[in-house]
Amino acid sequence: MGNEGKRDKLWTKNDKIFLGMLIPVLILFFLFNTLPLLKGFYYGLTNYKGYGDFDIVGLRNFKDLFTDLRVGKSYLFTFKYAVVMTIAVNIISLILALGLNREIRGKSALRGIYFVPNILGGLVVGYIFSFVFTYILPAVGEATGIGFLQNSMLASTKTAWIAIVIVGAWQGIAMNTIIYISGLQTVPAEVYEAGMIDGVSGWKKFWSLTFPLILPFFSINLVLCMKNALMVFDQIMSLTKGGPSQSTESISYLIYNNGMSGGQFGFQSANAFVFFIVIVVISFLQMKFLGGKEEQL
Amino acid sequence: MGKKGSKGSEGAVGGKAVNNVINVLLAIGCLTILFPIYMTVIIAFKKPSEMTNDVAGALGFPASWSFSNFAEAMRVTDFWRSLGNSLLLTGATVIICILLHSLAGYVIGRKMAKLKLFKVSYFYIVSGMFVPFAVLMMPLVKQTSQMGIANRFGVIVLYVVFFMPMNIMLYSGYLKNIPLALEEAACVDGASIWQTYWKIIFPNMKPMHATVAVLTAMSTWNDVMTPLVIMSGSDVNTLPLAQLNFQSQFGTNYNLAFASYLLALLPILIFYIVCQKQIINGVVNGAVK
Repeated sequence: MGNEGKRDKLWTKNDKIFLGMLIPVLILFFLFNTLPLLKGFYYGLTNYKGYGDFDIVGLRNFKDLFTDLRVGKSYLFTFKYAVVMTIAVNIISLILALGLNREIRGKSALRGIYFVPNILGGLVVGYIFSFVFTYILPAVGEATGIGFLQNSMLASTKTAWIAIVIVGAWQGIAMNTIIYISGLQTVPAEVYEAGMIDGVSGWKKFWSLTFPLILPFFSINLVLCMKNALMVFDQIMSLTKGGPSQSTESISYLIYNNGMSGGQFGFQSANAFVFFIVIVVISFLQMKFLGGKEEQL
Repeated sequence: MGKKGSKGSEGAVGGKAVNNVINVLLAIGCLTILFPIYMTVIIAFKKPSEMTNDVAGALGFPASWSFSNFAEAMRVTDFWRSLGNSLLLTGATVIICILLHSLAGYVIGRKMAKLKLFKVSYFYIVSGMFVPFAVLMMPLVKQTSQMGIANRFGVIVLYVVFFMPMNIMLYSGYLKNIPLALEEAACVDGASIWQTYWKIIFPNMKPMHATVAVLTAMSTWNDVMTPLVIMSGSDVNTLPLAQLNFQSQFGTNYNLAFASYLLALLPILIFYIVCQKQIINGVVNGAVK
């Protein structure tokens, strides 16, 4: 092109204008994302209670994290919850999506209803389910004579976490189902027709034809579900407040509870920073493991 | 999709029968979704005296459909003010996100390939997605109170920054659908970058605005943690936060509590019924892209 030189000059001035617009955004992001992250690390090096004076104690908090029973328990609970949630939600939502993708009556109404839990806030949903676990299920147990239902699930350290999984799944399934449905719609009908000629059907059809084609959607769902589950907070707040006897304290809840009002500002800051590293490591592992497959999208 | 299309994916004989079974199973499955909602409505309309200790006591129809629980719940939780705050926070956040993030997404997306600084900026901001709010929570509480923005304004600022990574990724990704020639033509006609952006790029990003609006609005509307920790101590409630803060006042009056829960769920349920398609599209787009 003839006016290449002129164009280059034009773009240089252009670059500067773009830079002028970029800088305020970067400052804003640094101020409310990176800076608090760095400050959090700094607080983690102190014995700050959240008020009053404090001293720098070096890496002591970080060392103590690994021997603190309550922190250990919260990590165990959070990971148990996240893994069980991810598996349960993905299995159920995949089955639902396969059903909802068939030629069925009232398809759009059914899809609409199955999506409803996703739009509702976790806190209020938790309060509603809390009533189900505390009153409805025991009443059902009473009426039918089913023993294990007669006591509230939320009252026992053995079952409280299952109740939280049920509520979390009730909401999480909605989202994953809709993503699986959009995945199933990308599978061309010819694939099935070709499969039919080869006499593939049922399970085999699903594993050898459908599943490989919706693999990218599977990995999206895995990552999303895991990430949401690791940050569980609202449901804990409304269902158990971490109880009974701290058996359902998620990491987020522990940071909130002990850090904000428990006088452990410094210690929980260290916990939060380690939690951040854990999230980063998990995300990278997931991307490394699933990333190559996602490229096909 | 016509019925002919389904033949291919159904396998041979009995496809119709299989579909009927699936139909019934899916309808039954729906009950697990509808049951908690039904229960909420029923309890919200009942009087405490009707709540006997058996299943029928909680789930049977109320003796009369009176709205007195709702009136009481509105009074106790200061419903209109909470609703106003929720609308303000969500509305302001969505508008600022659409205006600012689309511009930032454009600025970064257009220069990423050419200038390293923009590429680095992109990865710097997008990597913010790995930072959960719980990690930033404590320093942000200190920081916002030091800056004197431990209020609704501060919460909006935090939302705008918190959704920035996701939204910038969505917007700059969408930019690939808008041909560069469009801008260059405007540029040759003497339009400034600013004019070009608002007249050409911004309207062309409309589908992405819808996605961003839905995702941002839903996360903001249902969020509890940010207003809980940032505005704690003030008596400013959002709709979900009010449910948390008034738990003690509900006491064992579940009818009052459920009337309040139903009121808290109603706005988003209505919004969903009106714009179901846009919401589902938005959520899927946001996740898949």
